[in-house]
Amino acid sequence: MQDHPLKDEPKEKVDENSGVSRRDFLKISTISAAAVPILGTKVVQAAGEPVKVYGPGKVPVELIVNGQKHALQLKPRVTLLDALRDQLEITGAKRVCDRAECGACTVMIENKAVYACSVLAIEAQGKTITTVEALMQGETLHSIQQAFVDNDASQCGFCTPGFVVAFKAVLDKYPDATPEQIRHGLSGNLCRCGTYHGIHLAIAQTTQKGA
Amino acid sequence: MPDYNWPDAEHRTLIGKRISRVDSPIKVSGRAKYTYDYHGANMLFGKILRSPYAKAKIVSIDTSAAEKLPGVKAVEIIQKPGTTAQWAGDEIVAVAAVDESTAEDAVRLIRVNYQPMSYLVSDAEPPAGAGEAAGPMSEDDIDDAISNQVPDAQLAQSLQEYGVAFKVDDDFLNDMKGEGASDAVLAAIRQASYHAAKGGGHSAYQKTAAQTHGDPDKAFAEADVVSEGLYGAPVIVHCCLEPHGSVSEWTDKDHLFTHISTQNVSGIAAQMADPLGVSAANIRVHQDNIGGGFGSKFAADRWDITAARLSKKAGGKPVRIMLERDAELKVAGARPSAYARVKVAAKKDGTITAWQSQSWGTGGPGGGGMPPVPYVFGIPNQHKEHTAIRTNIGPARAWRAPNHPQAAVITMGALDDLAAKLNMDPLDLWLKNLEIAGPRRDVYREELAIAADLMGWKEKWRPRGQNVSGHIARGLGLSIHTWGGRGHESDCDLTIHPDGSVDIKMGTQDLGTGTRTTIVIVAAETLGIPIEAINLYIGDTLYPPSGGSGGSTTPGGVSSSTRRAAVDAREALFAKVAPALNAQPADLECVNSTVRVKGDPRRSLTWKQACSKMGAMPLTARGHNDQLPSKNHPDLTNSGVGGVGMADVEADLETGIVKIKKMVAVQDCGLIIDLKTAESSCYGALAMGISYALFEEKVMDQATGRMLNPNMEFYRLAGLNDIPELVVHMMTGKGYDERGVIGLGEPPVISPGAAIANAVANAIGARVSFLPITPDKVLAALNVTQKAGA
Repeated sequence: MQDHPLKDEPKEKVDENSGVSRRDFLKISTISAAAVPILGTKVVQAAGEPVKVYGPGKVPVELIVNGQKHALQLKPRVTLLDALRDQLEITGAKRVCDRAECGACTVMIENKAVYACSVLAIEAQGKTITTVEALMQGETLHSIQQAFVDNDASQCGFCTPGFVVAFKAVLDKYPDATPEQIRHGLSGNLCRCGTYHGIHLAIAQTTQKGA
Repeated sequence: MPDYNWPDAEHRTLIGKRISRVDSPIKVSGRAKYTYDYHGANMLFGKILRSPYAKAKIVSIDTSAAEKLPGVKAVEIIQKPGTTAQWAGDEIVAVAAVDESTAEDAVRLIRVNYQPMSYLVSDAEPPAGAGEAAGPMSEDDIDDAISNQVPDAQLAQSLQEYGVAFKVDDDFLNDMKGEGASDAVLAAIRQASYHAAKGGGHSAYQKTAAQTHGDPDKAFAEADVVSEGLYGAPVIVHCCLEPHGSVSEWTDKDHLFTHISTQNVSGIAAQMADPLGVSAANIRVHQDNIGGGFGSKFAADRWDITAARLSKKAGGKPVRIMLERDAELKVAGARPSAYARVKVAAKKDGTITAWQSQSWGTGGPGGGGMPPVPYVFGIPNQHKEHTAIRTNIGPARAWRAPNHPQAAVITMGALDDLAAKLNMDPLDLWLKNLEIAGPRRDVYREELAIAADLMGWKEKWRPRGQNVSGHIARGLGLSIHTWGGRGHESDCDLTIHPDGSVDIKMGTQDLGTGTRTTIVIVAAETLGIPIEAINLYIGDTLYPPSGGSGGSTTPGGVSSSTRRAAVDAREALFAKVAPALNAQPADLECVNSTVRVKGDPRRSLTWKQACSKMGAMPLTARGHNDQLPSKNHPDLTNSGVGGVGMADVEADLETGIVKIKKMVAVQDCGLIIDLKTAESSCYGALAMGISYALFEEKVMDQATGRMLNPNMEFYRLAGLNDIPELVVHMMTGKGYDERGVIGLGEPPVISPGAAIANAVANAIGARVSFLPITPDKVLAALNVTQKAGA
């Protein structure tokens, strides 16, 4: 008989704010009697270790979005994307595949592009979350956004915020990014109208300006 | 009478130029609001329980546990016990709850007993001898077609072609109306001729009547060369990034407000009225932006009616039902498949003389029709047979240029194989036969020359399989296509205010095709003011109606209605301003934000000064475009375009992976309003073409009857790195501009698939019969060729 694939998984630390780790979840699922559904947090003993359990009811969640703090009451299973869209009505990030395949929900957490559909809101607490709405300076478009406008890189526009944010994350990390690096950074985003030609041109415009 | 004609080239300051899409800034900054972004106060979330079976009788439904779940506010049975679910994903019950997870939990608590039935989800070639002649339709056939959401046009065509096998009476018509039959379908039933039933009518394989033109037997017997092959394209889906769906709320007991993702803002209320028992006048429909439609969003769908019913049960609170991604791919739209065994004959010099095809395919429960083969080329001697397969894969919907991409893959593939057999460059074969290429034959000649030049065809083209370097084979392919156009019905209200501001109101929609940009360019051009000076309001039934965006009819419709409104408003303004300029209204013109006397620019008022002469009241003019061109004087639109697609591909003979190196599109579409967004439509269509040529297929599981890839990982769309250099050339100037405006949504998406398939055949020296051209199929085609050669 083969070893259980998770047997040798390194021991995970439980972040105060990060809810239940996958390993904890596996442990808890074997001791379900101890995890009675309650509001808020409860600590249970699992495999001899204390584990914090959140939910399934609403728990307080604090998110820092585009520089602003928001105190929310959310079920722990709510994703960052749904919290942004349905609780805060920050709707630039779109829900399309809802399982990390298309990139339409891309936001930045601490300057890293992530799929907001695949991050729980409670996991994103205490971190800086940036959405497409924060890219404009007053009424002035960010140079990436301007390049999208100039090169007609959006048609229906539903994928566009995801592309723009993913693009920004590449440039934040590599200010002198080459077109290849940017294309790589956008390879997790999909468009249905086929605006890729315009996006190629926007990449060219942006990298020329940077040079 | 005012002169509505389009200004000639020297008087155009905006029309035909490259102007940035006016709604780009709000789209790139996340400010554009879509239906999915609308969040009404106290909004409830709707979720739907769907049939897990491809076909099953619904025996019983128990919703009691779901109703008792705290947070559930309404439950609605969509298909009652006794009805039959016709595809996996068919809607059974919906719930509305305070949040999404509660609604999901509630759906899990619903108990449905099904009696699974035998089903068919395969569109493989019908077995020999299978099927029966399609005959007159029975009451059950029609009832099934309506409840299976067979598209109106398809059902109407069947009724016209085959008639009915029973006497139609008012009771039947009323029943069908209750089932949701549209007025067009009811009219088709009324007009259908009566034929005695031939018996049968229950086979999944429906043979449509064979069609013969000329004398194909003689032509094949006398031909120098006959080429035979197998070609086709599978069922693909629309995969709109914004799924289908709506948010409905009852603002009082008689008034519904619906936010809906639709290509058909002005046409939705009439579809919702009957099933909801409320007059269309009491339904307001709104949409700011739509995240893709591609032909799949004309209807008020079952889930939209359901959202409105749930809202009513929940005391009028807004209820949102937006489809989950898997449902979107399973039930919300599919392009019918089409496959064919083709035999085509020619003389030694390349003159095509005969065509024979046995085609088949499925459009879901309705079967579907024959693709228009042979495509573009009116081959003089033809024999065609088609078998429609009625399957339980879910309903088909219009997909950009319905049936044309499939017809192009079949026809252009067969002609490409013919060229190879003749040892001819396909470009020469196409040019040789343009005489039978219909009314756009001269345009094709011009376009093929331009496309060949942009592709470097003559320098790059090699006979099949003769451009191999190591394990990389390179090849070129081409295809031509056609489409109609004209303008749909459209009303436009243009108001000039005394302070000089201008607004336009129209119940149209912008699918990302640039409709907003088109409208403001036409108005600004006509009034001689900048486009920024125009406030445009679209996407609401509060505004004058404008047609659904289908069949590439929107640019024609909205540009014509806007031009007429703007000319009439301008004339009305001239009448008020003329005395101040001591001139006759007919002597005035609007140029550069001034109103001035023609030929005497010193007698001039700024636009603002001129408008101040109107007095206190704004003036509004209504422009109308009729969908019948004969009713428009003059007609500002036209119909009939031709286009060319060329592909340059690279195939890895070891892995079977195909990469596109370059695509060229050359397209005419009459008078272009905005060159920039017109080109974007072509660039986008090329990308979409690469996607369906290489990756897309709705894969059905024969064992369970379900779609195997209802997600965006295994239903693959082309990504940024799949898209190579794209070259687009729009035909403009003399011979094109004076034709009037023609839409561009359909035509450029037709040829890419066929051009890529032909380029792959040219590269690897073997035909991959069916799209998508995946590595396994490339390797299999190479194997067959090697075995044949061994």
